Amino acid sequence: MPTAMPEPGEPALLIDDLTVAYDQKPAIWDIDLEVPRGALMAIVGPNGAGKSTLIKAALNLIPRAAGSVLFHGQPYQAARGMVGYVPQRGSVDWDFPTSVLDVVTMGLYGKLGWLRRPGRREREQALAALEQVDLLDYAGRQISQLSGGQQQRTFLARALVQDAQIYFMDEPFAAVDAITEAAIINILRELNKRGRTVLVVHHDLQTVAEYFDWLTLLNVEVIASGRTSQVFTLDNLQKTYGGRVSSLHSGQILTAGGGA
Amino acid sequence: MTERRAWRLMLALLALGFLMLPLSQALFGLRLTYTVRVVALGGSLLGALSGAVGCFAVLRRESLLGDALSHAALPGVAIGFLLAGRQLGALLVGAGIASWLGLRLVAAILRSTRIKQDAALGIVLVSFFAAGIALLTTIQSLPDASQAGLDSFIFGQAAAIIESDIALLGGIGLLVMVLLALFWKEFKLLTFDADFARADGLRSGLLDALLSTLVVITIVLGLQLAGVILMVGLLIAPAIAARQWTHSLEQMVLLAAALGAFAGGSGAVISALDSDIPTGPMIIVVAFALVLLSITLAPGRGLLWNQLRQRKNRRQLRSRRLESGA
Repeated sequence: MPTAMPEPGEPALLIDDLTVAYDQKPAIWDIDLEVPRGALMAIVGPNGAGKSTLIKAALNLIPRAAGSVLFHGQPYQAARGMVGYVPQRGSVDWDFPTSVLDVVTMGLYGKLGWLRRPGRREREQALAALEQVDLLDYAGRQISQLSGGQQQRTFLARALVQDAQIYFMDEPFAAVDAITEAAIINILRELNKRGRTVLVVHHDLQTVAEYFDWLTLLNVEVIASGRTSQVFTLDNLQKTYGGRVSSLHSGQILTAGGGA
Repeated sequence: MTERRAWRLMLALLALGFLMLPLSQALFGLRLTYTVRVVALGGSLLGALSGAVGCFAVLRRESLLGDALSHAALPGVAIGFLLAGRQLGALLVGAGIASWLGLRLVAAILRSTRIKQDAALGIVLVSFFAAGIALLTTIQSLPDASQAGLDSFIFGQAAAIIESDIALLGGIGLLVMVLLALFWKEFKLLTFDADFARADGLRSGLLDALLSTLVVITIVLGLQLAGVILMVGLLIAPAIAARQWTHSLEQMVLLAAALGAFAGGSGAVISALDSDIPTGPMIIVVAFALVLLSITLAPGRGLLWNQLRQRKNRRQLRSRRLESGA
């Protein structure tokens, strides 16, 4: 597979008029979104706001009713080698008979192409990624023995070996321990430092401003999108969560019914 | 991540399988007729093939899809007969087409209605099977004598297997194994995490269709021996048993092939000991005896193992409490 090269000057992600409907009810409606290169962006919104749907539709995993998505100015077909994906941890069967190292190596299958088997080089790349997420000691483990946080870091390592330009991560912080949360945020910052674009579905309003420099507030439609410092306001949050956000002072945000 | 116990088990199964014919000859006075050899060989080949392919069906949670597809093959057998007469090739092609249509129908129901997967499988299984039975019953009443025994596709009739069928089984089985080996990493990724595979640029639609086609081919090849009702047993039992002994997909597939071959061969031999024992059902009984043994005895996952570990844990906790003077 030829490695796709980013077009100079184009934004990392340009979504135009994207609509997805399940049974006629729109899950996301008329999304216009521009994500600049090197942004570390959170996608935040209440349950059922279409956060995962947005990511899946952008990656062509679910059919779109309308709209177009460009990655560095190119359609998905041409941009495949540039895109990395961290699905929700619960989307796979962790009792699948395989090892941690094997799962991470799967991130290299696309680059390997048809008929070629992963060899020593792939093994070393996978081990390096496992070291980055602090799971090197677990390389040979059967994946069913991992804790939730370790599962999440395994997925992250698999995305790291993809060596993508733009990453999509679906709720990587959901129900993980403090060590994993710290490890993930370190990786995100490292990717950001290397100029990669990262979009993260996130639901902890407390940490949004601390972790992310860009923010999209989503509730079926895009409520606001831009730099966190400008978008993360009580007014916008109330529009997103329907008035259930009660205060934004001293860094404390209270949402009725648990937020996310 | 391969485990030695799984390799040992594989070797033991193969050794036992090869010794089966001479042993049962010596111990039970089995008469090694030509038919017995052919059926035993056919059973082993089919067992190996369906064991290997069945691993993917089980891991993709498509065991019941396998059942629906094998039932769905029945009207194809009947239509194949009506169009081309009693030629095995025509019957199997008919079965394959009907089964494949069943597969597409399940997918179409799931895509375009709110019917859930279990109900969609039920609809396809029952409607195709009922149509098959109706067609077969009609064919039975035809004055033509060649339709006799066509209903053996319902429960399978191993004695009908002849040497040319063995060549067919062996040839197609080999082809399926080669395809599995060629697209190994793609099939593995698709089975573990289909969304990631697609996002990573894998031609998942194509591979999905290929994998489903391999399942359909396996089912169709097994119809003559095991019949549409029991075929799914041979598809899933070796995979379920093999999963208990190993944590590596490579080993699971090889071990399932060995377990399937063992069940197919020994089931055929056991049924040859007494003319009243039907071969297809006997093979399935052996296969599920292997499942029972595996989920009871397999170290690490087996029920017996869990019991022992729990008892040990309890004893350790108790002695620790005693030591701490509680």
